[in-house]
Amino acid sequence: MSEPTPSAPQTGSSPTISTINEAVIRIAGNSQDGIQAIGGFLARLAGRSEQEVMTFMTIPSTISGGPSIFQVRIGSGEVASAGDDADVLLAFYQHSYEEHIASLKKNGIVLYDADHVEPKPEWQGEYHHIGIPISSLTIEAIGGTAKDKGKNIYSLGLLAKMFDLNVPKLEALIGERFGGKDVSVLNNALAAFHGGYSHSLGQVFATFKFAESRHKDGQQVVLNGNEALAYGILAAGVRFGAAYPITPWSDVMEILRRELPKYGGTFVQCEDEIAAISMANGAGFAGRVAVTGSSGPGVTLKMEALGWAVMAEVPLVIIDVQRGGPSTGMPTSVEQSDLNLACFGSHGDAPRVVLAPSDVEDCFYTAIEAVNIARRYNVPVFILSDQAIATRIEAFTSPDLEKVCQDISPDLSPVVDYKPYDLAAVDGIVRRVVPGTPILSGRYPVAGGLEHDELGHPTGSPKLHMQMTAKRRKKLQALALTLPTPKVYGPPEGNVLLVGWGSTRGPIQEAVDRARASGDSVSSLHLKHINPLPPGLDNIFSGFNTVRVVEMNDEGLYGYGQLAGLLRARFCDPKIRGINKTDGLTWKVKEILERAKADINAGLHKL
Amino acid sequence: MSVPAIESPRSNTTVTSAAPPASTERKGLSKKEIAADHPTWCPGCGDFSVLALYFKLIEKRKLWQEKITTVSGIGCSSRFPYFVQAYGAHYIHGRSLPFASGVSLSRPDLHVFVFGGDGDMFSIGGNHFNHVARKNIKLTCVVMDNWVYGLTKKQTSPTSPLGFKSKTDTWGAVDYPINPMKQAIAAGATFVARTTSTNPNHVMQMMEAAMDHDGFSFVECLSECVEFYEGAFDASNPRKGGAFNLVPSGHDVTDETAAYKLAGEPFPGYFGIFHKVNRPTKNAKEATLNASTREKFKGLKDWQILQKSFDRMK
Repeated sequence: MSEPTPSAPQTGSSPTISTINEAVIRIAGNSQDGIQAIGGFLARLAGRSEQEVMTFMTIPSTISGGPSIFQVRIGSGEVASAGDDADVLLAFYQHSYEEHIASLKKNGIVLYDADHVEPKPEWQGEYHHIGIPISSLTIEAIGGTAKDKGKNIYSLGLLAKMFDLNVPKLEALIGERFGGKDVSVLNNALAAFHGGYSHSLGQVFATFKFAESRHKDGQQVVLNGNEALAYGILAAGVRFGAAYPITPWSDVMEILRRELPKYGGTFVQCEDEIAAISMANGAGFAGRVAVTGSSGPGVTLKMEALGWAVMAEVPLVIIDVQRGGPSTGMPTSVEQSDLNLACFGSHGDAPRVVLAPSDVEDCFYTAIEAVNIARRYNVPVFILSDQAIATRIEAFTSPDLEKVCQDISPDLSPVVDYKPYDLAAVDGIVRRVVPGTPILSGRYPVAGGLEHDELGHPTGSPKLHMQMTAKRRKKLQALALTLPTPKVYGPPEGNVLLVGWGSTRGPIQEAVDRARASGDSVSSLHLKHINPLPPGLDNIFSGFNTVRVVEMNDEGLYGYGQLAGLLRARFCDPKIRGINKTDGLTWKVKEILERAKADINAGLHKL
Repeated sequence: MSVPAIESPRSNTTVTSAAPPASTERKGLSKKEIAADHPTWCPGCGDFSVLALYFKLIEKRKLWQEKITTVSGIGCSSRFPYFVQAYGAHYIHGRSLPFASGVSLSRPDLHVFVFGGDGDMFSIGGNHFNHVARKNIKLTCVVMDNWVYGLTKKQTSPTSPLGFKSKTDTWGAVDYPINPMKQAIAAGATFVARTTSTNPNHVMQMMEAAMDHDGFSFVECLSECVEFYEGAFDASNPRKGGAFNLVPSGHDVTDETAAYKLAGEPFPGYFGIFHKVNRPTKNAKEATLNASTREKFKGLKDWQILQKSFDRMK
């Protein structure tokens, strides 16, 4: 809602209708109020209306209760982040009101439940206050026994009215969500929705209408990052997985457990993290790429078995949905502090691949890419997701599933002879032959953790250990040459280059837009391939005075975050420095700009 | 303690038996064909006997190289797969059972054998043993129990008896040992047998019975470490003046309590099948679940099934 600021409400006047390009709505309540459901409805509606959408949520790590928020940003143009400040705050309780009013833009609208919130006189001048007794009106709308259950849907009705949202589409969404259950549940939900929608807002303030959005190709789907990863894994042809529950990874395993049987596959909930990666290694050894995943603490436990997959050259995909650490840390907050773990965890020289998706859509395609790298190079591949991307909802064009879905069943037709660790193989890459395949020479391979000869049999030969270590490394060097050089966002030369990886692309690119709009020379570069790094980065870096790596992790003992440290080690370039934070929250655009300000101002370049 | 419920053993026919059908045209694999690297075990080690009998089992039952997978963890006995000329995996310490479960659950056409030692199965991998047993994953697990850590040269093992003098308990082991048979029965294993490497015929009988069991089959095989625990099992070896007692003929193998009692007998105890019940395997249960789920998507290609999920996310 950045452009037209609604004029101050005048009691008694007829409502003004402003056309807006986007709006940021923050809903604050407690975790059991169903506020994620409102956000979900808004996000799905946006997807079906060809609008861009992005959400952001915080949930308490307690089992039940505790403050919770859901922020949704809907736009007719491009939406890259969940937005810094809200246009509308919907506050259910006094604490929701008091804690989140600061996240509201000046002159923004705070819509509060007058049954629970006592507005503060000192804030009345700064924000438009609209008190509605949401709890009691919900009871009135649904009927006697409802208590305040359903106030989320009532509020959805209020928002629908305020933003002139498409009512039939919302009714359909409510029907999909509550249909199938007891019909009275659906009726109550619709009663609550219409109660909110028909509440007279017109007397008190303006309403808004989203500008027509440009037409998008194909139909939009609305998913969160964990869903996109799970469905990407299915599309990639993975038919076996194993894991142990941990927040925020568990959704992925729940989806795979539910979905894999449809495809004749199996997902096993294991007794622990080590068993999980071991089962995946077993299935990978026996035929095709298998998947396991966890969050930081669990991934740590998997590290010995990861070393085996590197040594035995067995394909594997490991998903790490990062959260605040170390140890139990901040289980429901975001952090990008497992990069070193993913790149360097385990023992010995153990090269592996690390990919980091940058948005929800990218989660889907990264899963497929990870599977294909794993099976081509016979190597474990990490997907570094995080809590923010896992839980945020985005709309994107539905993939062409007929094209992207692949069958990766093993070929069991007989082979003449097989050397699993053939040193003469180009780039060290050998097609795997798996159990079930007759080998006519009668020489069968053993996949083992011991250093081995070309057939897999143990050796203590110094020469072979050198050759095999090099072979395992060369595969990744060959992979690196095939990776695309990432494109600079903004001009390819200038003063400041912001470098990011993973879920932070949106706010970083918005920071570039905002800086350039005010005449500053700022570009950005986003890395998806973390290990190995893609070629051409040094050329890009040489076009800028300074390179700042924006990461949600600590600046470390020597002043550099985890990716910054990796890039400095790789390029020995002292102009690479970090912008780090560890508050467990996603980057705000203004935070990035403030932190980069000194460099931006020091620049010789002005646009 | 109640007698465990006996469910129908092969209620589900959608799972193909892992054991390949015996071929009439081909002769079973000879020792020459199935033997790979020369074993690295010390002369006189009990493990030689287990390996020789595994070869015999493969020959007698006409198991083909591409249809079996031999899996192990870490330890002296876990070198096993390298000595077998067939598909095998030498996995990490203690985790051979979950690895083998991954093979078994994703490849119903393979027969999966796991060989390991007491440290692998009852110490570092102790928890996996319990879970593979309760889940009844179809595979055969032979533990060559020597009551000592041999590969690392004489430290106390979880089955070392009280008072055993090792490098980590120079004054004698102080921790109460695990009884593998009790452990297996308590964890819900559906086939629990005990044998000793000094009685080859008996080892063969137990391995065959274990292989034929539809479920998780566990065989504890006493296997002397001549280097670090010489004479440990003499009391079970008639040639050394000991007694080899078969499980009493009246023993009811479906009676869990009776099996538990048998397992509690002082050394040398009994040899044979202590416990055997039929309970559907996880393999069969997952296959049934898949069959009923796939019924609803009959005739659809994988991408069309996925498309249905995406259609709901519009």
